[in-house]
Amino acid sequence: MATVWFAILAGLLIGYAVLDGFDLGVGALSLWVARTDEERRVVLNAIGPVWDGNEVWLIVWGAALFLAFPRVYAVAFSGFYLPLMIALWLLMGRGVAIEFRHHIQDPLWRGAWDVVFWLSSFLLALLYGVAAGNVVAGVPFDARGYFQGLFEWLLNPYALLMGLFSLVILSWHGAHYLCVKAEGHLYERAHWLARALWGLTALLAVALTAATFAARPTLMRNFHAVPALLIFPALALASLALAPWYHGRQADRAAFLCSAGVVGGLLASTAAGLYPDLLPSSHDASRSLNLTNAAAPPDALLPALLWMIPGVLLLAIYQVAVYRVFAGRVVLGKSTHY
Amino acid sequence: MTDAVVADRLQFTFTIMYHYLFPVLTMGLAPFIAALKTLHLASGDVQYAAAARFWTRIFALNFAMGVVTGIPMEFQFGTNWATFSTFAGGVVGQTLALEGVFAFFLESSFLGILLFGEDRVSPRFHWLSSILVAAGALISGFFIVATNAWMQHPVGYAVAPDGTVHLDNFWALLGNPFAWWQYAHVISGAILTAAIVMAATGAYYLLAGKHAAFGRLSVTMGVLVGAVFALMQLFPTGDLNSRNVLIYQPVKLATMEGLFRTQPGAPLAIIGMPDTTQERLLDPVVVPDLLSYLAYGDFHATVRGLGDYPRDLRPPVQITYYAYHIMVGLGTVFIAVLLLGVLLWWRRALPGARWFLWILLAQLPFPYIANEAGWTVAEVGRQPWLVYGLLRTPQGASPTVVAAETIFTLLGFAGIYALLGLIFLYLVLRIVAEGPAEAPAGSAPPAPAIPVEH
Repeated sequence: MATVWFAILAGLLIGYAVLDGFDLGVGALSLWVARTDEERRVVLNAIGPVWDGNEVWLIVWGAALFLAFPRVYAVAFSGFYLPLMIALWLLMGRGVAIEFRHHIQDPLWRGAWDVVFWLSSFLLALLYGVAAGNVVAGVPFDARGYFQGLFEWLLNPYALLMGLFSLVILSWHGAHYLCVKAEGHLYERAHWLARALWGLTALLAVALTAATFAARPTLMRNFHAVPALLIFPALALASLALAPWYHGRQADRAAFLCSAGVVGGLLASTAAGLYPDLLPSSHDASRSLNLTNAAAPPDALLPALLWMIPGVLLLAIYQVAVYRVFAGRVVLGKSTHY
Repeated sequence: MTDAVVADRLQFTFTIMYHYLFPVLTMGLAPFIAALKTLHLASGDVQYAAAARFWTRIFALNFAMGVVTGIPMEFQFGTNWATFSTFAGGVVGQTLALEGVFAFFLESSFLGILLFGEDRVSPRFHWLSSILVAAGALISGFFIVATNAWMQHPVGYAVAPDGTVHLDNFWALLGNPFAWWQYAHVISGAILTAAIVMAATGAYYLLAGKHAAFGRLSVTMGVLVGAVFALMQLFPTGDLNSRNVLIYQPVKLATMEGLFRTQPGAPLAIIGMPDTTQERLLDPVVVPDLLSYLAYGDFHATVRGLGDYPRDLRPPVQITYYAYHIMVGLGTVFIAVLLLGVLLWWRRALPGARWFLWILLAQLPFPYIANEAGWTVAEVGRQPWLVYGLLRTPQGASPTVVAAETIFTLLGFAGIYALLGLIFLYLVLRIVAEGPAEAPAGSAPPAPAIPVEH
C-alpha cells in the first residue's frame, strides 16, 4: 500500500512539473520573448486560464505527502525552512503579478509586475532544481531524525547544477508551450529559443546524469532488479531525441509533448531510482526516511486510495475540459481577461 | 513555553487571520455570482449579467489574494508544526488532500472558464462554470472546517504504537458531529459578509448618484439575503454550534461566557470585564438565569464555571471572552440593521432613505471583524490544546526551527501582506470607481462586454 502511495506522489509531482513547469518556463523567458505590452498580454493570456489549476497539483502533492508520509512532510518542510519560505514568497509574488498587472494601463505599473513575474518564475525554476538535487544527494539527519537545511550545504555544486538544469529544461518546455499558443514575432522568438535550449538541455542532461551517479551510486540498483523500470529513462531519451525533429517541422504540439516526456521521464526515473527512500540520508543510510519508517498505516492509506481514484477521474475531466475550451492560439479580444 | 513556540504561534495567527479575510468573501460571493447568472439566464435581463461581471472582477482579485495567502497555510503545518504534523498527518492530511482533489481543481478550472471563456463557451456552459466555482468554494470550506473540527473534537482515529494517530474511520471524520454546525455557521457568516459587502457597494453608488440601477439591485439583494443569513447566524447555526461546544468543550463555553463560578440559574453576561485574579466579572450587565436556559433549556439548570477546571486547562480568558462578545454584539447589530432594511424595502423606501444607506456603507468592515472574532473564539478557546485532549500546543512545534528564523519569516510575511493589502484595496477601489457596464436603455440585444481597458 505504501508503494502505491509512493507512485501516487511521484505521479502528482510529475503532473506538477509538467504542467506548472511550462508556465514557470514561460515566465522565466517572458522578458526576452515578449517585448511589447501586447506580446506580454499574449503570454499571460496563454497561461491565464490554466496556471492556477496547474499550481493545484503542488497543493495536492503537499497534502498527499502529509497524509501518506506525515514524517517526511514534517521533517522535510521544517528542515528546509528558509528555502521553503522563500519559495512560498516567490509563489505569492508570481500569483499577484499575473493578477495585478492588467488592472492599470501604465508602462511603469506593468513593467514592474513584468519583472516580478519573470524573476519569481526564474528563481522558482532554479530553486525547485536545487531542492531536488538536495533530496537526491541526501540530507544530514541528526539523532532525533530531523535536520536543519543550512544554505552552506544546500548550495552545493551538485544541487546548483541540478538547479541550472531545472531552469533550462523548464524554459525549453515553456518555449514549446509558447510555440503552441503564440503567433508572429513572439512565435519566432520562442521557436528560436526552443532550438537553442534543446542543445543546452541535452548537454546538461549528460553532465547531470554523470554527476547523479557520482552522488548516489545506488541509483541503478532498482533498474537492475526490475528492468521494466528502464522504460522511464527510455521515454526521456526518446522524447529528447524526437523533439528537434518535430520542432523543425513546426509540429508544435508534438514538440511540446516531447519536452513534457523528457521532464516526466526524468522525474519518474529519479523516483524509480530512489525507491524505497523518500528522503535519503547523506551519511548514515539507516536514518533515511523510507516506505517502512515514514508511511501512515494501511488503515489510513486504503480509504484515501479509494477516494483518490474518483477524484483523479474528476480532475482529468476538468483539466481536459479547460484545455479543450482554450485550445488554439491566443487572440487578444474583448473577453481576454488580462 | 519557549520563544520558538511563541513565534510559531504568532506567525500562524497572523497568516491565518490575514488569509481568512479573502476566502470569507470568496465563499460568500461565489453563490451570489451564480445566482446573478441564473437570474440572467432565466429572465434574459442584461442588468443581471452586468452585475455578475462586476462582481466577478472583484471576485477574481479577491480569489487571487486568497490563493497566494493560502498556499503558505498548507506548508506551515510542516515548516513550523512538524511534531504536530508527524502526530496528526495520518488524519488531517486526509481532509487537506480531499480539499485539493475535490475542491481546488474544480474551483480553479472553472474559474478559468468564468474569467477567460465568455466568448468561447455557450452561455449555458458559462453559467454552469459559475455554479461549479461556487460549489468548489463551498466544498473547500467544508474540508477546512472538517480539519478544524477534528482538532476541536477528534474522532475516527486510532493510535499507532509510536504514539502518532491515523485515520481509522473515514465516515466518522467527515460526519464529525462538531463539523456540521460549525460549517453551517462559517458558511452562513461568509454569505452574510458578501451580502453586507454587496449592500455597502450598492449604497455607495446610490449615495454618489452613480449606476443607480445596479445600486438598487445590490442594496436590495444584499439586504434581503443578508437579513436571512444574519438571523441564521443566531439560530440555528450559532445556537447549535454553542451546544456542541457545551457538550464537547465545556471549559471553552465557560470562558466565552465569562462564567467563573459553577451555579444553577447561571446568568448571561451582556457586558462585563473578566478579572482572572479575583475570578469574577467586573461591572457586569447580566440577564439572570438566561445562560442556563440557552445551554440546557431550563432556567434553573446548573452550568459549570471556570472554577471547576484546573488553571492549566483553561483557555486564555480575556481574548476568548472579548472575541466572543464582539462577535455576538456585531451579530446583533447586523440583525437589527438588516431587519430595518427589510422593513424599509417592504414600505418601498429602501433606495431613497439616504440615512439608512449611510449605515449600510459604514457597516462594511464589521462582518470581517465578526468572522475573525468567531475564529478567535474557536481557536484561542481550544487552548491549551492543539488537538483537543490529545496534544498540547507547545508540543506540536518544529524541533529544528528556532525563534529567530520564525521571527524573520513573520516579518517577511508582515511586509509582503501589508504591501499586497494596500495594492489590493487600491485595485478594488478602482473597480468600484469604474463601476459596472451600464445596460443600454430598453436593451433587447445582449449587453456588450465590460469595456476592455487593457
